[in-house]
Amino acid sequence: MGQITLNQVTKSFGDVQVIPPLDLQINEGEFVVFVGPSGCGKSTLLRLIAGLEDTTSGDISIDGKNATELPPAKRGLAMVFQSYALYPHMSVRKNIAFPMRMAGLDEATQKTKIEAAAKALNLTDYLDRKPGQLSGGQRQRVAIGRAIVREPAAFLFDEPLSNLDAALRVGMRLEISELHKKLETTMIYVTHDQVEAMTMADKIVVLQAGVIEQVGSPLELYHTPRNKFVAGFIGSPKMNLIEGPEAAKHDATTIGIRPEHMTVSKIEGAWKGRVGVAEHLGSDTFIHIHETGLMDMMTVRITGDIEATHGDTIYLTPMADQMHRFDAQGMRI
Amino acid sequence: MARAITTKQKVIWTALAWAFGLLMFFPIMWTFLTSFKTEGTAIADPPVWFFFDWTLENYTAVQERSNYPKALMNSIIIAVGSTLLGILIAVPAAWSMAFVPGKRTKDVLLWMLSTKMLPAVGVLYPLVLLAKWLGVMDSRALLIVVLMLINLPIIVWMLYTYFKEIPGEILEASRMDGASLRSEILYVLTPMALPGIASTILLNIILAWNEAFWTILLTTVDAAPLTAFIASFSAPEGLFYAKLSAASMMAIAPILIMGWFSQKQLVRGLTFGAVK
Repeated sequence: MGQITLNQVTKSFGDVQVIPPLDLQINEGEFVVFVGPSGCGKSTLLRLIAGLEDTTSGDISIDGKNATELPPAKRGLAMVFQSYALYPHMSVRKNIAFPMRMAGLDEATQKTKIEAAAKALNLTDYLDRKPGQLSGGQRQRVAIGRAIVREPAAFLFDEPLSNLDAALRVGMRLEISELHKKLETTMIYVTHDQVEAMTMADKIVVLQAGVIEQVGSPLELYHTPRNKFVAGFIGSPKMNLIEGPEAAKHDATTIGIRPEHMTVSKIEGAWKGRVGVAEHLGSDTFIHIHETGLMDMMTVRITGDIEATHGDTIYLTPMADQMHRFDAQGMRI
Repeated sequence: MARAITTKQKVIWTALAWAFGLLMFFPIMWTFLTSFKTEGTAIADPPVWFFFDWTLENYTAVQERSNYPKALMNSIIIAVGSTLLGILIAVPAAWSMAFVPGKRTKDVLLWMLSTKMLPAVGVLYPLVLLAKWLGVMDSRALLIVVLMLINLPIIVWMLYTYFKEIPGEILEASRMDGASLRSEILYVLTPMALPGIASTILLNIILAWNEAFWTILLTTVDAAPLTAFIASFSAPEGLFYAKLSAASMMAIAPILIMGWFSQKQLVRGLTFGAVK
């Protein structure tokens, strides 16, 4: 259960086509992340799968059955919203019970399932509270609980962590990943945060302006980005993209080198520059380098700590085997 | 920083507010006082304020002359009935306008409101003919339907503004959770909009209660509510201020008491939910 296929799906709002014809295969049990800058159509795509938006043309099939015309309730999917979308007038218990109530499950089964979900999500003590009396993280867990009890063919997550603070986000990220390992249910997860995408996904779908730029495992995208957009979007800090004569030397229009794929020296190297801001994280140091003559600002990442004074001259040497080359169309060579 | 308000300003504003409040309340107070006077004192010049021989004779006279309980019952049935019927129709209408608006939704809303500006007398003739043809003149059912239609734009507008405040994602969540349209409206939307719906019901009961044009013109005996009851005390035998006042007091008392106990919801209703 949980195979979703999109075949030539398009979506237009009025005269504006936000999703040009798109094909996508999501396999059973996969954790798929849709990632892209805001406005890239990733949420729209998720809502098309959910049935909350009508497709303009094309087919969506879930487990081999054509679901294009099915209402959301009939698709057997569960969704966790960015705003949690809990029912404010119902207690946590009733929130979690709601999908089962709608499905007409008997009280005893409901009770067992609610208790199991509450236990798994650490909500047992909060079952009789209203959502308004819970913290952000707890609310998110209630939303997940409400999704779990449906035993859906697939879970859909629409930026579920963006309303949480940074520390909580890391924790919930792990919890969702754990949940996926435990349930082995297909999950589709939308985010604009490439770190979430890299850490959670089996398969990442990178979107830009409604077009799929690349589909692949996190490491595939990291090591062999199909084009300049993916190269720049995946990886943090961003890949340095260099155009002009330096790129021509490598028979390319653009060359890309990741911040972690350069060596730094104060004495000699391939490229010379001036130290700007240095960000010390303890484990790593990110140094922003100006006046290289190659691009506005380069970023280099060094393991451990390094003495780097603002204004110092510094030399960089790229690791030749880690260099990415792109042609005039921005495609990988 | 909180705005500094001096005691002097406070006193002035409080006095002004009281003066304004008393001004608004004055006609009701005067009616109340007059209803306890004899017809002679009622028209005395200069007017007598508090020191007269208080009497209940007007109330007794009104009771003897007409059937107050029947008019009261008619008023209650017509006001509550037309409001509930209106709510039943307006909830789905407001749902669709608030959550699945089309290109013309705003125009439709304005058009609906514009019907409130049509002079009622403009449709009097066709309505009376229609009612006669259907044989429903002077029936509560007719008044329930007519008052419902008259107040429907207001009911839809009010519900629409309340529904607009409810995040659409919650309704989408219910759809994902397997709720049918009926369940979505019944179990999710309505409970969340309950304070708004309550305000709408209250305000519309009052509007329907006070509606005089249609209730007087479309009834004679059987369905005559309190408005017709008051009207019957004015014209024919000349003006009897004291008796008219007593009848008025009896007509407005129920709604006044209801209004008193639901002030908070009413204010919310009158301001279309703008007061938090």
